[in-house]
Amino acid sequence: MVCLSLEELYKEVILDHYRTPRNKGQLDPHDVALERNNPLCGDELELFLKFDGEKVGEIAFDGKGCSISLASASMMTEKVKGLTVKEAGKMAETVKRMMAGEEEGDPEFLGDLVSLKGVVKYPVRIKCALLGWNTLLEALEESGKN
Amino acid sequence: MSLDVESLRKDFPIFEMQVHGKPLIYLDSAATSQKPRQVVDRMVTFYETENANVHRGVYELSERATNAYEGARAACARFIEARDPRTIIFTRGATEGINLVRFTWARANVHEGDEILVTQMEHHSNLIPWQLLAQEAGAKLRHLPVDDEGLLRIDLLGEYITDRTKIVAVSLMSNVLGTINPVRKIADAAHAMGARIVVDAAQAAPHIPIDVNELDVDFLAYSSHKMLGPTGAGALYGRLDLLEEMPPFMGGGEMIREVFEDHATWAEVPHKFEAGTPNIAQAVGMGAAVEYLEGLGIENVRAHEKEMVSYAIEKLEDVGAVVYGPKDVSVRGGVASFNLDEVHPHDMATILDQEGLCIRAGHHCAQPLMRVLGVPATARASFYVYNTPDEIDALIEALDKAKGWFA
Repeated sequence: MVCLSLEELYKEVILDHYRTPRNKGQLDPHDVALERNNPLCGDELELFLKFDGEKVGEIAFDGKGCSISLASASMMTEKVKGLTVKEAGKMAETVKRMMAGEEEGDPEFLGDLVSLKGVVKYPVRIKCALLGWNTLLEALEESGKN
Repeated sequence: MSLDVESLRKDFPIFEMQVHGKPLIYLDSAATSQKPRQVVDRMVTFYETENANVHRGVYELSERATNAYEGARAACARFIEARDPRTIIFTRGATEGINLVRFTWARANVHEGDEILVTQMEHHSNLIPWQLLAQEAGAKLRHLPVDDEGLLRIDLLGEYITDRTKIVAVSLMSNVLGTINPVRKIADAAHAMGARIVVDAAQAAPHIPIDVNELDVDFLAYSSHKMLGPTGAGALYGRLDLLEEMPPFMGGGEMIREVFEDHATWAEVPHKFEAGTPNIAQAVGMGAAVEYLEGLGIENVRAHEKEMVSYAIEKLEDVGAVVYGPKDVSVRGGVASFNLDEVHPHDMATILDQEGLCIRAGHHCAQPLMRVLGVPATARASFYVYNTPDEIDALIEALDKAKGWFA
């Protein structure tokens, strides 16, 4: 998976979520809403969370940006929905370490998120892939549950 | 006479490089230009045969260094038709030049209730200094609008320049739209109301002939690195009478005449504004860049870029891109900002990079203008003396490929 060419990365991973993003739009009612942007690129992302006890019950995102930032956010919402707040936080930290090249990323835990590793080869785009995840970590922090 | 691009490209060693196994196609000169061997060699010669501090030593070597440095100042004056080299202050770049005016003339002359006029198309370097000054002084910052074509609303000058306006800050050429602004008209309107005009010429100086007398500007800042010279050097032109009455900028060595325990007197203009050891080799390199451009003829540079940008606009529109800014190339420099519906600028820049093509993607340090255009980001191709129509063809081919991926 690490050896994906740029074309493969786009065609096999990014474009599916970019064209048909999951959980995209506003979420009302919600417990936390947080807007963050990538000042260098102009990418904008708004994240909504609704908790079900200790679990992420509902999650949605909205925004404008490049395919990598939007696809990564879309994949994120699929993965963390239904996880406990602690598990979601752990997943976000793991993705961040994987994108920093600090760990390989366990396919059993991360599933198809490991394909995001293809972005590591394009260092200036890593921040695009992490915009959603960083926003999630902040939102979990804000909820007081993490 | 026109540019012999094929032959001058041999002066730029970087074009022998490959990127991702492809020949380098550099379309980001609006960010920074590549450097010819003549400029690099001039700085090497300085370090190897003339290096000493300037204006200090009584020995021969220091005199050589001073002559090289002051020779570069004379070249930078000549480049914008300034008659007196004393009107040129060496800076780190256009940003420092504009900030110098903010901390000296502007700080002494802009007070509570006064107005500062900028435009909607300013680069952050000619906006943030004035925001900060307005906040500090309690002055009001106003923004002259841009029309749908990317031209300044000159018809509104009468409304936007009032008897409260102290400074009008405008770029001579937009780094996003390529628009070449009618600075003389703006200067006349400013002067009629007793205001001073500060011109950001970072984008214009490398590409179009500039005559500060004809433009009748009070201050004009430009950078070396965008005009084939090294980073770390720039020139600020100021009208001599204004420079003489202005307080100093930074304090330190070189800028003083006599120093006492609790006060000091200032050196003559321009040294009053050049505290500390300057970027001597870079200034000398900037002088060499001026000479290189004079050798090509700045009129020829302009003619070449007009052709390049006309061709680029035509080809980009053919491939379905939206191109921002004026279509009339008589008021447009060699910059083409564009968007392709299907492909976000960042995806485009990454895909093009694989083909050896360097373009810029993002907000180009002009976020307020991006809001006016109603887009979060654009792609930008910009052209200089070494670019060829073949490179535009390669750009178009790569864009077609990127479109294919997203189709």
